[in-house]
Amino acid sequence: MTFSPQLEARFEKLLKSYPPGRQRSAMIPMLLYAQDEVGSVTDDLIDEVASRVGVTALQVNEVLTYYSMLHRKPLGKYHVQICTNISCQLMDGDKLWEHACKKLGIGHKQATEDGQISLEEVECMGACSWAPAIQVNYDFHHFVTPEKLDQLLDSLRKKQ
Amino acid sequence: MLYNEPSPLETRVLTRRFGLPNSASIETYLADDGYQAFLKASKMTPEQIIEEVKISNLRGRGGAGFPTGMKWSFVPRNSPKPKYIVVNGDESEPGTCKDRVLIENDPHQLIEGVLIAGLAVDAHVGYIYIRGEYRYLIEITEKAIAEAYARGWLGKNIQGTGFDFELYAHTGAGAYECGEESALLESLEGKRGIPRIRPPFPAVSGAFQSPTVLNNVETFCAVPPIIRDGGAAFAALGVPKAGGTKLTCLTGHVNKPGVYELKLGFPVKQMIDEVGGGIRMGRKLKAFIPGGSSCPVLTAAELEGATMDYDSMSQRKTMLGSGGVIIMDEETCMVKAALRIMRFYAHESCGWCIPCREGTTWLRKILVRFHEGGGTKSDINLIGDLAKNMLGRTFCPLGDAAAMPTISIVEKFRHEFEDHLNGKPCPYEHASDLVTA
Repeated sequence: MTFSPQLEARFEKLLKSYPPGRQRSAMIPMLLYAQDEVGSVTDDLIDEVASRVGVTALQVNEVLTYYSMLHRKPLGKYHVQICTNISCQLMDGDKLWEHACKKLGIGHKQATEDGQISLEEVECMGACSWAPAIQVNYDFHHFVTPEKLDQLLDSLRKKQ
Repeated sequence: MLYNEPSPLETRVLTRRFGLPNSASIETYLADDGYQAFLKASKMTPEQIIEEVKISNLRGRGGAGFPTGMKWSFVPRNSPKPKYIVVNGDESEPGTCKDRVLIENDPHQLIEGVLIAGLAVDAHVGYIYIRGEYRYLIEITEKAIAEAYARGWLGKNIQGTGFDFELYAHTGAGAYECGEESALLESLEGKRGIPRIRPPFPAVSGAFQSPTVLNNVETFCAVPPIIRDGGAAFAALGVPKAGGTKLTCLTGHVNKPGVYELKLGFPVKQMIDEVGGGIRMGRKLKAFIPGGSSCPVLTAAELEGATMDYDSMSQRKTMLGSGGVIIMDEETCMVKAALRIMRFYAHESCGWCIPCREGTTWLRKILVRFHEGGGTKSDINLIGDLAKNMLGRTFCPLGDAAAMPTISIVEKFRHEFEDHLNGKPCPYEHASDLVTA
């Protein structure tokens, strides 16, 4: 597989970050960074990472199924993650989640037909004091109201 | 940046640079005593550094509250293996968002704390493990590490002290369980985050089967102020058996939620009413969780005379935990709260121990049924019994973390469970205050 020069540079740095013979440590970061570029953890990507860190594809598979941010299927271009855990729920994060599902007509880990937006109900993301919170890809949005969410989703629909 | 206004009642030691222009940059850090504690520590013996940390009464800020100086002293002196420093930045205990602001606003303070720990135990390599969702913090940390290398505060022979140290940022990929120290080490080694059987503890056999100091972000950030101003000054800020300040995340139904640095021993009532601006809409407090969703819940009556420290909370049979304070007003449905907490632990259980894997799933199912109005009277005792059967029967604290809030909610709010027995959906579910949709 070929990756962007930036990702190749990151891989190179990661493989040098751990003690000799411990390159397996780079596996999870490599999968996550590669997923950002490829769109999902594909079979090819599993084989590629396995060979680069010196383990079998089965070993990569065993690990990746544990981590909630690694996914085998592509999500939307803009992955909207809404926290409904206790601190967000107290601030109506659960109602925000229902609102988003209704508005987009999709559910948990589903994407709109054009592949533009996907939704995920997520566990605590570390924004509890500024609840309810959501993340679009890696960007945090705090104190989200239904009105703010509507505006955000409308802008994501049109965004390149 | 800061997401909430600071409070005049704060004691800003770890957060003192917050709000300065470019507070995350090495220039700002160096202009404000930055890395001077490291230089001071480099002239001390490892024993003297550890002694100073012991005098400070610093206790681990991730939740367990173990004395930090003692933890460092467990690292064997003459091990032939390399030693490692690992920072736990996997902040994911619901209610907790303090490590995030520490890294975002002052990453060099964390790096300096790691360097001093390296001097104390003769370690020369460190890893800062940051949860995957905090991608922007990984970028901030990597930038700070690069700045430190460029200015000679990391690398070979740091500032002519003869001390070498290599530091790396490492991303997680979404797993609450990796906040548990041995699961974090498994994850760092490229494996599923399943906890290890202990002993041996990480101090003896941690990262890569080598002696390892593993502490929370906030714990490391407290180290430069301790060395700079002396352990006694830090100890004096807190209470007799726990020194310093605690970053406290006020979440839930207060008027001014936010992250605030408060002296250990700060009165709970004053924290809610003055720092947090009181309960929203003038309502009454119903329930209080002191330090993340794994802590037993307290009622308003139990908070009489309570202070934010380890002893005051353990006297009330709960824990100071991570500093994630969750405040629930009188309109909150405690069955719904218990259900949401259990849903989380059922999702995050790694599946290794049967009492945790099966217990959290059963409890989630019963609580879902209960909240929807399908519960029976015997279910109430069943919920408590199932949770009690998980306590102390798992390798890692996740089973306890799921059981403790559940047991306390069933015991203290039993009447709310009984109110759900009329066959109808939740009687406490009110029209939303904030959301109109």
